[in-house]
Amino acid sequence: MKSPGELYGVVLALLFAIAAGLVGSFALMKRMLLASDVISHVALPGLGIAFLFGFNPLIGGGATLFLGTLLIWQLQRKTGLATDAMIGVIFAASVAIGAVLTPKEDLVEALFGKFETLSLGAFLIGVAAVVLIIVVIFAFKDELILGLFSPELAAAGGVKLDRQNLYFLLLFSLAVLVGLRFLGALLAGALIIIPATTGRRLANDLPHFLTASCAISLISVAAGFGLAHYFAPAYSPGPVIVIVSAALFLVSMLKRPAHA
Amino acid sequence: MAPMLSVRGVTVKFGARTIIQNLSFSVQRGENLAIIGPNGAGKSVLLHALLNLVPYEGAVEWAEDAKLGYVPQKVAADRQLPLEVKDLLSAKARLMKIGATDVRSAAERVGLTPELLSTSVGILSGGEFQKALIAFALLGNPNVLLFDEPMSSLDELTEEHVYELLRDLQREQQLTMLTVSHDLSIVYQSATNVLCLGKGTPCFGPPKEILTPQILEAVYSAPVKFHHHLADESR
Repeated sequence: MKSPGELYGVVLALLFAIAAGLVGSFALMKRMLLASDVISHVALPGLGIAFLFGFNPLIGGGATLFLGTLLIWQLQRKTGLATDAMIGVIFAASVAIGAVLTPKEDLVEALFGKFETLSLGAFLIGVAAVVLIIVVIFAFKDELILGLFSPELAAAGGVKLDRQNLYFLLLFSLAVLVGLRFLGALLAGALIIIPATTGRRLANDLPHFLTASCAISLISVAAGFGLAHYFAPAYSPGPVIVIVSAALFLVSMLKRPAHA
Repeated sequence: MAPMLSVRGVTVKFGARTIIQNLSFSVQRGENLAIIGPNGAGKSVLLHALLNLVPYEGAVEWAEDAKLGYVPQKVAADRQLPLEVKDLLSAKARLMKIGATDVRSAAERVGLTPELLSTSVGILSGGEFQKALIAFALLGNPNVLLFDEPMSSLDELTEEHVYELLRDLQREQQLTMLTVSHDLSIVYQSATNVLCLGKGTPCFGPPKEILTPQILEAVYSAPVKFHHHLADESR
């Protein structure tokens, strides 16, 4: 590492990998993976506005992610449609608006991310977000498990499913936001989907599944950064990280699925 | 003594459709109330209203010390979920702030072996799954159990085992039970009171008074026969 700023960037990316593995595991069990991928695209209009007016892209991306998440939650509650269907509608609109707003020279960065050095302040905010995601997931793990098994039994046991859905969507969006800078709006969701899918192929019980998802996510980010640094320094590490995670998924296909 | 449950003028509507209209009844402690009626009569909806899972008009009042356990009609558990039976029971136990001993005790009471506790919920047989649901309902030592057609997916032998288990539980722990059932023979044998929902005014009373050909025909809108042993008549 050439500077502390680069080190902060890599360490935060590795911490993000753990949060992505956890969030992805629950998104997979909630059958929200595809929807989860699309949710990251909701950041695109915000990134576009930030690039256009020259302020911090994470503020713009975070604002539209937050609004998009609330919108998805409200639509889901009021229309009774599946989250996937609602996210599909918002996704198409987000990508279209983002593509129109983002200046052409910044579009690739908005879509695929860019590795940047981080200030200590930005690093600490990122770490706080990751810690928050991990703590909240573990605090709500039991409620999530009951809701996954039977929403009816969970509700009868006093679990507020509506609130649970909102918290989960917000956690997901927060994870996307942490990964947005180096993975971009198109790929931030990929690191939440792919390692969890691979982890599920390898493990058949919850503790092993969560561990495997986080480990694969961590390996993808570490190996992706390494490969990008040594073999493709001119490119953003985001696509390389996603390619590594997809390669690990392909390798996992050689093994019989744990739940077959 | 105050009843365990008092239901007064409960009405449940889904949109413009009225499912339950102005229903009133009460359940005493230790009573075994069977809820019968044709499909669509609102039996499951009634249990949902009693559990506060659907909005309703009127009053549902449980005794202050009532602790409810619930076994739903059907749980469409995702077969791909990486959840073992013990994960599920432990999650509920942690939420209820009760210890691992209670999980083991609930599992033992329904005959869930350590092997079954370590089995994924998606690959349990119908009977094993039912036992897991009953163990789940028994966590926290409820004094009221609500069962929604507990035997709907079981073969006769397993059904007999589960009924035996329920009878033992009720006897040992003086449980109050509310059971939605289609099996009128079992209702005749085990219920202390029967609530029938269906066409016309709901009826309520002891099985001998309610399970008559005339009332059943009015409830089900068709002649209904069921078998009961002569020995049952002496109850």
